[in-house]
Amino acid sequence: MTVYEELIEMKVPAKPEYVGVVRLTVSGVANRVGYTYDEIEDIKVAIAEACTNVVDHAYDDEGLISLQFHVHDQFVEFKIADDGTNVDVEELKKYRGPIQPDEPIQKLNEGGLGLFLIETLMDDVEIRKNKGVAIVMKKYFQKDGVAHGTNGIETETINKHR
Amino acid sequence: MNLDVKTETLGNETKMFVSGEIDAYTAPQLKEALMPLVEKQEPAVTVDLRGVDYIDSTGLGIFVGALKSTDQNNGTLRLVSLNERVKRLFSITGLDEVIDIEERRESAGK
Repeated sequence: MTVYEELIEMKVPAKPEYVGVVRLTVSGVANRVGYTYDEIEDIKVAIAEACTNVVDHAYDDEGLISLQFHVHDQFVEFKIADDGTNVDVEELKKYRGPIQPDEPIQKLNEGGLGLFLIETLMDDVEIRKNKGVAIVMKKYFQKDGVAHGTNGIETETINKHR
Repeated sequence: MNLDVKTETLGNETKMFVSGEIDAYTAPQLKEALMPLVEKQEPAVTVDLRGVDYIDSTGLGIFVGALKSTDQNNGTLRLVSLNERVKRLFSITGLDEVIDIEERRESAGK
């Protein structure tokens, strides 16, 4: 079995109007590498959430969102990075969780669901801090809770799409 | 990748029809249309999401804001005709527990 790796990179301005552009692009890439319809939709949301974080928080003025999609044999690693200096990673990590049904309505938080969605929809999420922040997430092909492409059959299925 | 918002108002009862994609770019447009409706006294707002095929946390946050406002003004907020994908995000985040949501029904009876 050949080791199959591809890298797709792009940079877009950290502006709301480019989040949709990224979503279209990632949808195309995810489709090409063989994710299912539902997986593609999950990936679109997760990537858009990461981009929206950059747009909303990373820069005082203008800046770029750097995206890398690294296609591995059994998963794709998606990296969304900025080189802004604004984001407090600890603050970013603080609120993560779904709405609590017993919470009084007036206390509900209008923000803070983005990172929670990313962690729910992707398989492995890591937040790295260098100059800016990078959110690195993996999504395995045909996640079934057993093994990710280790039985040969799955891997064959995946490669058919390529 | 645009959003289209139409409203029909009868007294305090408003029906809003939204179609397109709700994300960081289009959400301000939704907020601008929705907030004045839910800030009335005893508003009864129904948002029909039949034409929405994408939503993310920016959009979810707007409905949380709208819910808080209707609650404060002794009104109601209902979201109807959500497609499966959109409904799923409301479920994952637990918002379906606090907002009155009705999924899109299958074609029968339409």
